[in-house]
Amino acid sequence: MCLAVPGRVVEIEERDGTRMAVVDFGGVVKDVCLEYLPDLAVGEYAIVHVGFALQRLDEESARKTLELFNELGLLQEEFGDPWEAAAGAGAAAKEVQQ
Amino acid sequence: MKYLEEFRDPELARRLLDDIRATVTRPWALMEVCGGQTHTIIRHGIDQLLPEGVELIHGPGCPVCVTPLEVIDKALEIASRPGVIFCSFGDMLRVPGTDRDLFRVRGEGGDVRVVYSPLDALRIAQQNPDREVVFFGIGFETTAPPNAMTVYQARKLGIRNFSLLVSHVRVPPAIEAIMTSPDCRVQGFLAAGHVCSVMGVDEYPELAERHRVPIVVTGFEPLDILEGIRRTVRQLERGEHTVENAYQRAVRPEGNPAAKAMLADVFEVTDRAWRGIGVIPQSGWRLSPRYRDQDAEHRFQVSGITTVEPAECRSGEVLQGLLKPNQCEAFGTTCTPRNPLGATMVSSEGACAAYYLYRRLGLPAAPPPARSLPVVPLEASPVA
Ligand code: SF4
Repeated sequence: MCLAVPGRVVEIEERDGTRMAVVDFGGVVKDVCLEYLPDLAVGEYAIVHVGFALQRLDEESARKTLELFNELGLLQEEFGDPWEAAAGAGAAAKEVQQ
Repeated sequence: MKYLEEFRDPELARRLLDDIRATVTRPWALMEVCGGQTHTIIRHGIDQLLPEGVELIHGPGCPVCVTPLEVIDKALEIASRPGVIFCSFGDMLRVPGTDRDLFRVRGEGGDVRVVYSPLDALRIAQQNPDREVVFFGIGFETTAPPNAMTVYQARKLGIRNFSLLVSHVRVPPAIEAIMTSPDCRVQGFLAAGHVCSVMGVDEYPELAERHRVPIVVTGFEPLDILEGIRRTVRQLERGEHTVENAYQRAVRPEGNPAAKAMLADVFEVTDRAWRGIGVIPQSGWRLSPRYRDQDAEHRFQVSGITTVEPAECRSGEVLQGLLKPNQCEAFGTTCTPRNPLGATMVSSEGACAAYYLYRRLGLPAAPPPARSLPVVPLEASPVA
């Protein structure tokens, strides 16, 4: 139950004075309360936990993080210790042979 | 979401691992706070890919596991009362109380219902005005706001037959307790991302400073975990101890202000017992005086129930990172998910359950030596 999962807002409506959404979790669809994220819009993603949207998922920062991961490799090739890299590659090659 | 798959990209994982390997010069012990992170780590074998000496210690962040036996016994007592509809999340059903569990109470005629959301319990109360509906409110800062909202709504809608059995816990005091324990080996924390989605990061700088321990807010995908480790190790190697947010796509510095305001209205901070660990000061929430009449403990007068926890289960040590699940003698023999001795084996987020599901039972008790690339089993499937 502690897992909060990302889902996409499909539909929003007011129910009994409460802002509710239909949220799609990769095929599984559930009713989700939007009281804690009232300005969430259709098409946006959010982290949902036990039927409540708790935080908007920001696609922009997701991309930035992935870019950083990508750059890591480049930077390392550029500035990394070549001896260390060579040793690492050797170890990896040995592992493959085993 | 398109990029979710990318957060499991083996090639990017290799780069992160390379960077970790290039950074580490001596052994470090890091604790992942949340049970969800533990599952990602064990499931994808991340602990086995790390350079030798970098050890992951599993933290206390599983709400089902830390709920004290005493509270389970209170739940069982309330659920057995005639006229009560007892609602709970599914993973509490098999958590053993002193002599039975909720599953058994239901078998004996109790009206125990599983709900997906606390709002479902509120609806059940609306539909059954002549019955008392009780919701079992456990969990960390991620679960507390939904439960707080239910109490608030019950009040707003004038639903009088709804109450909450509360056993909410807070992460920062647990970190404090772990760091002040004489046996503590933890040198850095991967903080629980979803707890911070709600609470923000304000509570952590003071902890990081006082204990000189880096705290990196970390998500739940394999790359998130690797990035959390990378940043923590980098700080440790440099002798730094600050709070970093490595889960920016879901964590704003201020958290969710609406949820925090509701928490402050409905709950107040209190000392709480953690299963297997004991009382941690200021580590929990209870209903604030304004909402006390919606407190199931008072309504059903069960606050007198006290329970001593049995010694056979070593989950207290597991939860504090002092013991790995497979180092417990009962692990996989007298204790399995079918016949659990402790909550850490029952809960889908428990460390013992993770080891049982994903980790080959025959493994030696000591962690296996770190493997080298390129055998990143990022899509490894459960073995058991
Ligand atoms: S394996 Fe079972 S008995 Fe041992 S600590 Fe885990 S839950 Fe407790």
